Amino acid sequence: MSNSLFTQMAWLPPAPSGFAAQCKAEVPAQESLGRHFQALAAHALDENNLIKLAKTIRKARDAGKSLAPLTPFRLGIISNATSHFLLPALEATAARHGIALECIEADFDQVMQEALSPESTINRAQLDAVLIAVDYRGLPLKTSAGDGDTAKASVVAALTHLNMVRNGLKRNGKTICIIQNIARPVEALFGGLDAVLPGTLRSLIDDINRGIAESILDTEDLLFDVAHLAETVGLADWHDATMWNMAKVPFASVFLPLYVDHVCRLVAAMRGKSRRCLILDLDNTVWGGVIGDDGLEGIVIGQGDATGEAHLAVQRTALNLRDRGVVLAVSSKNTDEVARGPFRNHPEMLLREEHIAVFQANWNDKATNITAIAKELALGLDAMVFLDDNPVERNLIRQMLPQVAVPELPADPALYARTLLAAGYFESITFSVEDKQRAGFYQDNARRVALQSQAGDMDAYLQSLDMVMTVQRFDETGRSRIAQLINKSNQYNLTTRRYTEVEVADIENDADCFALQIRLADVFGDNGMISVVICRHELDSWHIDTWLMSCRVLGRKVEHAVLDVLCQQAQRRGITQLIGIYIPTDRNALVEDHYAGLGFMPVDAPDDGSTVWQLPIDNVANSALPMAVRCIALDPLAEGVAHAS
Amino acid sequence: MDNQAIYDRLTEIFHDVFDDDSIVVTPELTASDIDEWDSLTHIRLVVSIERSFHLKFSAAEVGRLKNVGEFVELIRMKAAA
Repeated sequence: MSNSLFTQMAWLPPAPSGFAAQCKAEVPAQESLGRHFQALAAHALDENNLIKLAKTIRKARDAGKSLAPLTPFRLGIISNATSHFLLPALEATAARHGIALECIEADFDQVMQEALSPESTINRAQLDAVLIAVDYRGLPLKTSAGDGDTAKASVVAALTHLNMVRNGLKRNGKTICIIQNIARPVEALFGGLDAVLPGTLRSLIDDINRGIAESILDTEDLLFDVAHLAETVGLADWHDATMWNMAKVPFASVFLPLYVDHVCRLVAAMRGKSRRCLILDLDNTVWGGVIGDDGLEGIVIGQGDATGEAHLAVQRTALNLRDRGVVLAVSSKNTDEVARGPFRNHPEMLLREEHIAVFQANWNDKATNITAIAKELALGLDAMVFLDDNPVERNLIRQMLPQVAVPELPADPALYARTLLAAGYFESITFSVEDKQRAGFYQDNARRVALQSQAGDMDAYLQSLDMVMTVQRFDETGRSRIAQLINKSNQYNLTTRRYTEVEVADIENDADCFALQIRLADVFGDNGMISVVICRHELDSWHIDTWLMSCRVLGRKVEHAVLDVLCQQAQRRGITQLIGIYIPTDRNALVEDHYAGLGFMPVDAPDDGSTVWQLPIDNVANSALPMAVRCIALDPLAEGVAHAS
Repeated sequence: MDNQAIYDRLTEIFHDVFDDDSIVVTPELTASDIDEWDSLTHIRLVVSIERSFHLKFSAAEVGRLKNVGEFVELIRMKAAA
């Protein structure tokens, strides 16, 4: 199950259904071809789709079109196996990493000849790098179980063979080598003893891999750790004997997209395209729960709780990345003071304010905040990775800021850290003292930065969510969830009045109460009940006793849609005005301007700090809403369905 | 699985593998009918079919096939097994 993370490259969004057509579609002249290809490559693509994209890229290149801003790179490939199928996959995948890749392939199984002859295809091709893709079947390996001396000689012979290839390419082709280490075959001869005895195939390969790694250090050549990749996905799946026998395909082709992605990460790192900043969401990403609603005692973080440990692993991963030079930032929809609380006062938190270079907690959209973070750090958007459990936020950033990498996350937070690292955003080819200190250079005590105007076209994005809001009166089915929301919501809650389930039932049956439960569904699924409103009838007015909403759907114009429904229903019942009250607490500053934003007029401000607002029903114009509204049995006379969009 | 269902799914796979929606998959279809159907594309076709039908073919089984009709017969037998 967890393996599908790697085979499906599940951190990438799946390819859209019309992918083939999108590859063939004309690109408007004003749009950058490079960016267009990069966007297409940002999906999880299987081999067939990679070929379609590669064809389109090749066609554009052959027509002499500019692929800017993709960086050109020429990669040679020499292998003891069939490598032709790697080429289109590599070229398409490189676009994902900001590279316009051209591949040049040596003839099948001509590794040594290509390296040593100055006139070979590879050596004449003026390459930026050569991938030496040799597996255990391409090395002079002589097994000698139990015979240490012969084993040593065999390891030396294999390493010498590889070094001759490397040196030949450097001397004749003046190029950098990317050397693939050796994925162990599955078959064990003895059993456990294979790892104990010198000279078994297993021991030889282990020694050779160690030798390759040591030979890379302090050179400009790079290691492609195929052994690790194959073990990660499982050696039994990696080695496909049928495919090797049939066509000398060196590993199961289901892993081709993953294999080429790893090669392209190295190539991108050589061109300085690895990402450098990790932007973290907080609620349900860095800790479990919602700090604004659950409070310091209510959020889940730390040892002894499975969910707490999962989020702790996210924090530990972020800190480990920071130690190797990745800058950390925060983007959270929260009140700043509330969001900083756990960083300052929660004993189980690993992350502290001093680790965060820029701390953006506010109620603006995250695209605006991420743009501000990038600007403040003087890093490009293409250096950013954004980690957020909420699919709507993820998709917003992908649409508004396509250069930002946004990993898809599985439902289980236990896999967040693994997914983030599996994507390889921070691939690095060197590590220096400066790297260790780099994150500190950006430190300024978790500062906040001022926001520019809102990024992008938010209304178009909201339209694309295909939201359907369902409104109905309190009923028995909804009762316990209604009570839960009433007792749990702190932030988007105008009055913070708490009612028990019994009291909720009373409101349900009270002829003088008009109480609504509101649900929201969108393209990502059903968010369930996200808002509750209770109005009490007095004379010709509705007094809004309770208005609350889940912060998960903040910025989606739900409150505007709810107000539309309230006004419609009030009018049908002969009500002439709505009266709202805002009672401040230390948690609900977010809704201080709720009524002002909805067009209410202030009418009173008693000494206790609360404010009272009024909206006459007759002059309310329906606003344009980015959602369909379904009203179930609201009408005093009959059941009706209204569409407000 | 009946033959029609197999042909329908094969049609989708052929369109995907050869990136050509005009291909009509018939029992008589062979590699010589499609320009791009070379040895590497053949491997890709076989792997795509394996993945779609959740089957695994041996080299001998694939090597014996003379046309799409025989491939369908092979899929039908293996899927039923």
